[in-house]
Amino acid sequence: MDAFFVPTIDIDRLGLDEGGLLLVRRALAQLAVGERLHLRGCAPDWDLHLTAWCRQQGHEIEIHRLADGPLEAVIVRGPWAQDRWRGALESGTSQLAKDEMPAQIADAAWGLAARGATVEAGSPAIGFNLRHRDEIWAATAGDLYRQAAAAQWDPQTAIDWDAPFDLDPEIEAAIAQVMTYLIENENAALVVPARHLGQVHPHFREVQQALALQCADEARHIEVFTRRLGLRGHRPMLSTAGGQASLHTLMQAPDFSSATFLLSVLGEGSFINLLNFLHEHAPDPVTRQICRLAARDEARHVAFAMAHLEHRLTAQPEFLTRLQNAVEQRHEELASSAGLNEEVFDALVLLAAGALTPEAIAIGHGAVQRLKLDMAAGRKARLLRLGFDPAQAQRLADMHTQNFM
Amino acid sequence: MTQPTLIMGAVAYAPKVVTIWEGFKAWFAQQGFAFDYVLYSNYEAQVEAQFDGTLHVAWNSPLAWVRADRMARSRGQSVQAVAMRNTDCNLRSVIVVRADSLLQSAADLRGKTLGVGAIDSPQATLLPLHHLRLAGLIGGQDFTVRRFDVLAGKHGDHIGGERDAALALLAGDVDACCMIDGNHLGFGLDGTLPAGSTRIIERTAPYDHCNFTTSPDAPQDLIDRFVELLMSMKYDDPQVRPLLELEGLKKWKPGRVDFYPDLAQAVDEEGFYSADGRILRADYRY
Ligand SMILES: [Fe+2]
Ligand SMILES: [Fe+2]
Repeated sequence: MDAFFVPTIDIDRLGLDEGGLLLVRRALAQLAVGERLHLRGCAPDWDLHLTAWCRQQGHEIEIHRLADGPLEAVIVRGPWAQDRWRGALESGTSQLAKDEMPAQIADAAWGLAARGATVEAGSPAIGFNLRHRDEIWAATAGDLYRQAAAAQWDPQTAIDWDAPFDLDPEIEAAIAQVMTYLIENENAALVVPARHLGQVHPHFREVQQALALQCADEARHIEVFTRRLGLRGHRPMLSTAGGQASLHTLMQAPDFSSATFLLSVLGEGSFINLLNFLHEHAPDPVTRQICRLAARDEARHVAFAMAHLEHRLTAQPEFLTRLQNAVEQRHEELASSAGLNEEVFDALVLLAAGALTPEAIAIGHGAVQRLKLDMAAGRKARLLRLGFDPAQAQRLADMHTQNFM
Repeated sequence: MTQPTLIMGAVAYAPKVVTIWEGFKAWFAQQGFAFDYVLYSNYEAQVEAQFDGTLHVAWNSPLAWVRADRMARSRGQSVQAVAMRNTDCNLRSVIVVRADSLLQSAADLRGKTLGVGAIDSPQATLLPLHHLRLAGLIGGQDFTVRRFDVLAGKHGDHIGGERDAALALLAGDVDACCMIDGNHLGFGLDGTLPAGSTRIIERTAPYDHCNFTTSPDAPQDLIDRFVELLMSMKYDDPQVRPLLELEGLKKWKPGRVDFYPDLAQAVDEEGFYSADGRILRADYRY
């Protein structure tokens, strides 16, 4: 600083308890430690307040009376405000450039800070379990989040709940059974990412955001399936032990990547086939509408899962074996369970048949068989894309749970 | 052979006191220094424990320092103030009136009511009353003293008494009240006393606040190491900073005792302790 320039501020009639401290703090921040600030004011007792404040803040202060009468304070800037930021942590880049990635490992001490913030040393280390980039990252997470944010729909207005239709009671009961089953699957699809979401270090903001909207999507799916179920006065129907055992294994997957693989690549991927099937064959416009909207959401969930696994397998090609093990282990666990319950299977056949005549049932049955083939083909295609060889992809696609998800 | 442990006394005027000294204990342990603490509910029991061999050192209020000093002298012993916070030096108390009050100075308090803090508060009771005596007014004779006794025995460490007196001032229940300079600023900032609602009519002379007081027979080597470690605590150390912030300081300074005589005089004027450190006030409950 210029030796002849003595920084001086005049806070005039502004009291230190009326905002004057802000001006003092800003003026001091311009100075190096040890430099002086001259300060004048004329609010009542400003000198007393300033002295008390400097004592608390560790700045030296002297008050003297100027020749022309008023008081002047001379403050010597103490080191404390600066000392607080010694050893502070830099926490990465706020907005990632194209193809830029976040940190390989997010520091637990970055905690909840905005990515890119300067974090005071000694901030609490917060125990986010998912803080290694390769365990959760997906290159397109940010894009998928933005797409999801733009594609949110309001169940109240997006569905024409009052659309007229009148179904045979047997068909309406089949709808109620299918909806009961869909809700159960949606509950798993909400709970599994939600459990991981709270473990994701906020440094991986795009992943956190994508998962948060995925959870929001599933919450909406639960709502619309529940509303359709009760639309004609039905109560929820049957939930089987085998169905829940299948979904329970998704909650027990050992890590985020394996859970995402089983739930989204294999399960939700197949679920899209099912929703498309219902969109095509459902006997009423409300069911068709909600299945179409839900399928669009599910496509994003599958896309995120694929992008994550592609990242992980690029970083750790050997992880492919872990994915294979995850399918095989789940298959073993479910070997003794019944798979898709008969009520759901029959309900799907009936929906596609539209009537209980043998001719109609034959058509419905054929449609459900095609659905299963479509599901298996889709799984195989995704497994091939992840790098499994064709024989392996076929084998693993066929080992997937009979419960569809 | 186990290392000798320095035993410190502190008064639990708020729950955070446990956090503070547990933190210090852990930090001292990391420095290879065996330290432990005993908490008291009041400063009188703590000072007495400095003379029965329980404590090597005590984190004392200024009033507790006065008593410890008197007790030691009367026994032919001595106690030392070995360290204090940077924020313990050069405090002032103020006497505050409502902005629209006709009171302009100490003399105008004659016949009026002054709200003070706890009976044993140096800053909000004893020192302001001493200041008014110097101006020729004696509390209880020339003006009415209304006490806002919060947590007596804690020597005014609890801010509640000053806050209650300030609220009584705004409500018109008292004509003036007493508080530390920093609390007048703080009450302005937190809205207890909205800026511009009050006026300061008197300021006391500067005085010092807390210190670490040694007990008469404390082993000198333990005290020396203790003080050395305190002085080495640096605000830029992220492990130390939270402890300093909780205890309200930026750095420890060597103790000094030349800003306590006003309080000692106030103690005599108010008949609080005898010259040998006995408690005289019958209305002091702790
Ligand atoms: Fe869903
Ligand atoms: Fe989904």
